[in-house]
Amino acid sequence: MKILVCITHVPDTTSKITFIENNSKFNSAGVQFIIGPYDEYALSKAIDIRDKQGVGEITVLNVGTSETENTLRKALAIGADKAVRVDSEPISSIFTATQISNFVKNNSFDLVLMGRESIDFNGGIVHTLVAEMLDWECVNPIMKLDIVGDKLLMTKEVDGGKEEIEANLPLVLGCQEPIAEWKIPSMKGIMSSRTKPLVVIDPIPVSIGSKVLAFEVPQPKSGCKMIDPSNLEQLVELLKNEAKVLN
Amino acid sequence: MSILVVVETQDNEYKKSAYDAVAYAADLAKKLSKSVTTFVLGEVANPETIGNYGSEKVFIAENWDEKKDIVLTITQMISEEKIETVVFAKSPVSETLAARISVKTQSYLATNICSIPELSGSIIKIKKSIYTGKGFIVEELHSGLNILVIKKNILQAQLSDKLAQKQVIKLAEGKTSKLVSKGITKATGDILLTDAQIVVSGGRGMKGPENWALIEDLAKTLGAATGCSKPVSDMDWRPHHEHVGQTGVKVAPTLYIAAGISGAIQHLAGVNSSKFILVINKDPEAPFFKAADYGVVGDLFEVLPKLNALLKSA
Repeated sequence: MKILVCITHVPDTTSKITFIENNSKFNSAGVQFIIGPYDEYALSKAIDIRDKQGVGEITVLNVGTSETENTLRKALAIGADKAVRVDSEPISSIFTATQISNFVKNNSFDLVLMGRESIDFNGGIVHTLVAEMLDWECVNPIMKLDIVGDKLLMTKEVDGGKEEIEANLPLVLGCQEPIAEWKIPSMKGIMSSRTKPLVVIDPIPVSIGSKVLAFEVPQPKSGCKMIDPSNLEQLVELLKNEAKVLN
Repeated sequence: MSILVVVETQDNEYKKSAYDAVAYAADLAKKLSKSVTTFVLGEVANPETIGNYGSEKVFIAENWDEKKDIVLTITQMISEEKIETVVFAKSPVSETLAARISVKTQSYLATNICSIPELSGSIIKIKKSIYTGKGFIVEELHSGLNILVIKKNILQAQLSDKLAQKQVIKLAEGKTSKLVSKGITKATGDILLTDAQIVVSGGRGMKGPENWALIEDLAKTLGAATGCSKPVSDMDWRPHHEHVGQTGVKVAPTLYIAAGISGAIQHLAGVNSSKFILVINKDPEAPFFKAADYGVVGDLFEVLPKLNALLKSA
């Protein structure tokens, strides 16, 4: 099976988010970048599928500038066979989805996997956009995936529960835990990641329907009212009359 | 020309998020001198009541069937009604529809909108939540058609006693999904974390799953949903779907109660849209207190039952 795994290059989940240059740019100073955690589940699942079937090939793709290549090399170390970087900032969900669907159209894939959302812009729609652009089906977010013959059996998270879904290839899937265990790169993987192919391709033009004016950070809380545990009546009073949540 | 709001239903009524979306659209319509039309994904007992929230018209399908081509139905509606803005309330179903419609109509799509719309001239300015609530981005919309997906609790609706004018429409025949559903299992617990007005969460300070009755009892008294921190779901003390945080469920209740959770930055990312936060922790240095509105430094095994008893009699 030929699998495409789309990954994001995002700040580590512990990062403090700040902006510079008059709030026009993300401050990457001191920030550690990682493979998006949901995308890493997608990559881990792709490796499980390939290794179980004993055949197949995993291509990992990122839409990003040259600084994301370390993240792509990490995906190669974890176990992807080759990497592709579409040389552009991932300007919007539609821009990114257009690049991915264009790559899928020009190369044949059976399955496209990615995380349920990126943890930088949290759009959570690139998988659905890619599927619609390809006229494929999309299932998101999935927590379990089994391949039986030519059928894919999936468990999808829905509002307040889970849904079991059956479908045929080709498919686009948005992944989340616990679909697979994260893989730790082996020494052999790390060595081979340096020589596995990493191809850079140009983006195709997409008209962007918006203009970014500024970034902002949340206003800090005005201060925590401390309540003595022996005086919880005061807390109930605040919940009732200030937060107005008791009625 | 008007703004279209596409809303979901639950048990023959509008979902609460439908009112949020219509209120957002009504605010925008007022600023742009336009009107609001609502399309209902499902059946509701009294569709006209959406007029109370500011929708002039309401479209209802004559025989609701989610297997019909809903994307085509809405796409046709957009061109027939000369719609320039479509509003959805964030949910898996709505985000999927919004994305598919934006591809079909080549329009701009913005998700995670978290603040009321503003205008600069006739251009709409929106604010989106990014970095899981740790930042925001402000954008101007320049597309002829904009599809906006909003988060909840953005604004208070301006209620009136007006009713919407009802129009019954036919769903389009077109493409049907090739996915086969093999059944849905509902999780235990009656209140959805993402819909809850109050959430009570426990962390490692709870010491073990056998102590969760303290969380559940308080949640029951308050009509709240229950959540937990990542270590708790990783240790299987609680099911994964209760994990609140950056890589789990993001909640936006009026009140979030955290007992025995220290407040790691990844947990805060999942709760920073809450209006009020109450933290109960025996460690006065717990970072969560810095993000809280109310704090109790004390032993949760004493504080939780005492608080529950007081609330019961309140």
